[in-house]
Amino acid sequence: MSATDVCRAPALSPEGATVERHWRDLAARRRLYTIGGLVFLFFALSGSLWFANETNAGKFFDRLPYVADFFAELKPRDWFDPVRALFDLPSPYDDGSLKFDYPEGRVYLTQSIYIPEYFHRMVETLNIALFSTLVGATFGFLLCFFAAGNITASRWLRFFTRRFLEIVRAFPEIVIAGFFLAIFSLGPIPAIIAVSIHTVGALGKMFFEVVENADMKPEEGLRAVGANWVERVWFGIVPQVLPNFMSYFLLRFEINVRASTILGAVGAGGIGESLRLSIGRGHEAKTIAIVFLLFCTIVAVDQFSAWLRHRLVGRQAFAYGRGE
Amino acid sequence: MKPDAINDIAARHPDAFRRSLWKRYATPIGILLCILYTFYCSWFFSVASVLEKANWNLAGAYLADWVSYEIRPDIEFKDNHLTIDYSRFSKLGSNPDPDWVAKQMAVIERQVEAAPAPGVATNKSSQDSFMAPGAPTAENPAVPLGQSAPAVPETVREDAVVAATVTLGNGQIAVTPNLVTVTRGAESVVFDIAKGSSVTPRTPLPDWIEQRRPGSTAYVSFGFLGRAEVQNDEVVAWRRFFGWANFVFDTNSPFWGKPFGEVASLIVSGPRIDPSRSNAALAWDNILNNAEWQHGDVWLKLLQTIVMAFVGTVLASIVAFPLAFLAARNVTPSRIANQVTKRFFDFLRSVDMLIWALFFTRGFGPGPLAGMSAIFFTDTGTLGKLYSEALENIDDKQREGIRSVGATPAMVQRYGVLPQVLPVFLSQSLYFWESNTRSATIIGAVGAGGIGLKLWEAMRTNTNWANVFYMVLLILLVVFIFDNISSYLRRNLMGTVANGNDERRVSARSAAAQIA
Repeated sequence: MSATDVCRAPALSPEGATVERHWRDLAARRRLYTIGGLVFLFFALSGSLWFANETNAGKFFDRLPYVADFFAELKPRDWFDPVRALFDLPSPYDDGSLKFDYPEGRVYLTQSIYIPEYFHRMVETLNIALFSTLVGATFGFLLCFFAAGNITASRWLRFFTRRFLEIVRAFPEIVIAGFFLAIFSLGPIPAIIAVSIHTVGALGKMFFEVVENADMKPEEGLRAVGANWVERVWFGIVPQVLPNFMSYFLLRFEINVRASTILGAVGAGGIGESLRLSIGRGHEAKTIAIVFLLFCTIVAVDQFSAWLRHRLVGRQAFAYGRGE
Repeated sequence: MKPDAINDIAARHPDAFRRSLWKRYATPIGILLCILYTFYCSWFFSVASVLEKANWNLAGAYLADWVSYEIRPDIEFKDNHLTIDYSRFSKLGSNPDPDWVAKQMAVIERQVEAAPAPGVATNKSSQDSFMAPGAPTAENPAVPLGQSAPAVPETVREDAVVAATVTLGNGQIAVTPNLVTVTRGAESVVFDIAKGSSVTPRTPLPDWIEQRRPGSTAYVSFGFLGRAEVQNDEVVAWRRFFGWANFVFDTNSPFWGKPFGEVASLIVSGPRIDPSRSNAALAWDNILNNAEWQHGDVWLKLLQTIVMAFVGTVLASIVAFPLAFLAARNVTPSRIANQVTKRFFDFLRSVDMLIWALFFTRGFGPGPLAGMSAIFFTDTGTLGKLYSEALENIDDKQREGIRSVGATPAMVQRYGVLPQVLPVFLSQSLYFWESNTRSATIIGAVGAGGIGLKLWEAMRTNTNWANVFYMVLLILLVVFIFDNISSYLRRNLMGTVANGNDERRVSARSAAAQIA
């Protein structure tokens, strides 16, 4: 078939006509699927929206004009007040109420040097996130090799490790936190345990996928000189997967900062709790201070982690994450 | 190998044999830092003292509560007989008489205050049939013999329990008004009860019975199957049963306690229990409104959670889609538009989902609207950023091809760009749908709708662990189903479109994998 034939769309040969017909059928079917999918999506979306609106405490269109009111209520008496709240400086509006008791929460390091309350809370949340990422990564590291098909030959061991990681990952964090809250009473330890357990599952999965994609040649070399299993993993696999592991570790840290903030809001301490309390009580200056601090911290953590991941694994690190 | 050959290799690969100090000691330094940080954290959170104060017995009991329940008979000592009482909302219904509590009846004589008793006694729900009106109860104790009573005491003769035997697995507690015999396996201990003053064992106690002071309450453990307390005025036993009690019908339902076959035949062909509606409707209503398990409410809240994740992700995808074109350097030439859109995305996702959730809970009131708005706002930022990155990574040749045949700019996007990025977009949206189904649970706990709050409330009471487990199982099931749907769709999308462009498929997969 020459180029001119194509331009004029000539009568096709029988074989050509068959191909053409099949192609048209295929295209038509694909269009049908696409339209069907979109219609389904449309109805599912409308149904869901209707359902959500029906079961909500306030109706969407009733509430919509007042949603912004909250932001208007957030206006502090003067714009320096959030700064005072952030650094625990006494407020000129102090009337003895909780609303303006900024110096109350100071954490004194020495007689005169103190850490402002919300910074201390933020450090607490960051510590929860980092420590539980560390614990989770340690166990995820130990478990991932048993889940990887190219390292562990036993199919049963692999199966059980993978199922274990899956269950641990899908188990709602809030239930673990609530359970340990009942045993330990209030405090950050339940949040640490909950986030750690979830991290084991999430990182374990990421890790074993990295291990499965590893180059097996170093491992073969070690096997050839008679290295045992641990040596083969430690010298053959770990050096090449470590940068990726670190990258996932940092990614998980970002996610866990957010997760521990949320867990904090339901009673596990840290900045999340302060935020929930100050929003609930309508303390505008405090709320602005906390939101600002949280926003800056999250941006800083994300930037730092992105920069470090870029150094570790190069372009692969362009993605970032959030909670699951 | 000869030494000079070794030296030769070492000379050719200096980076492998003479690495910098930092490279050589990076791993031990890293591990050391981690250990130091662990010590710092255990000081910061005072882990040791928290673990010390923790109530581990409670943990065992709570864990057991996930899959079992306890029934507690209270056997009270009276002068010459016993009364057996069950807790008010017992899982055995209003008139319990389980076969593992054996009773021995006899006709006894006792004295009753005539006047004030009936009113007090009849309103007590756990009134047993063998007790006459005016029987002494915990709130209204009988007046002991020999004490001068204000009302004229009256002697009645009646049937009453004089001995009871509670069986718990391999153990047994035999109770008479002044003697309690506790048996576990082959061992057995007899306690003398001086009513109201002391509990005295006749033999030394085995390790499964604990008495903190001589004469005080004895705590008996039967392992998982139960426990008991022998007090100086009553014996309280807890017998544990596997399973979830009254899972389908609660004790107020007419179908309660009936075997499956009977319930089925009642529903299919039985006479109407409630004349106003069919038995099937009544049964369904009873199931939904089961007071202990609240099936209807749990399912409604679960559906809210699913809907929150679904609507939030779909709306976020729809909004992020056009904005991503605006943010992509290679699609929109304007630097300002790129930067403004990208910073907007960063803002949306950096204000944490929690903050959005708290704001919208204030705005819309508690419910799924708040949760879905929070997911929508956060994910518009995240998906927008991911979409625009996917756009910036496209292969330019297809666009050039389309442009070279004289297509309009819109057509270039439609046929040159969209086919390349659409599978990536869809796959990323599916990943977020999946992950949002999980995070919607936790968002709910701050009041943003869905099962989270219900879960949290059930946990805070510390008595509903079986309900918690029920909801957890439902959540796991939902997560499992949606994971599979999403990965099935994703596999199909990536399989059909990405052939011939292998690199893009890999990068999309790794990008998506990093998020999930």
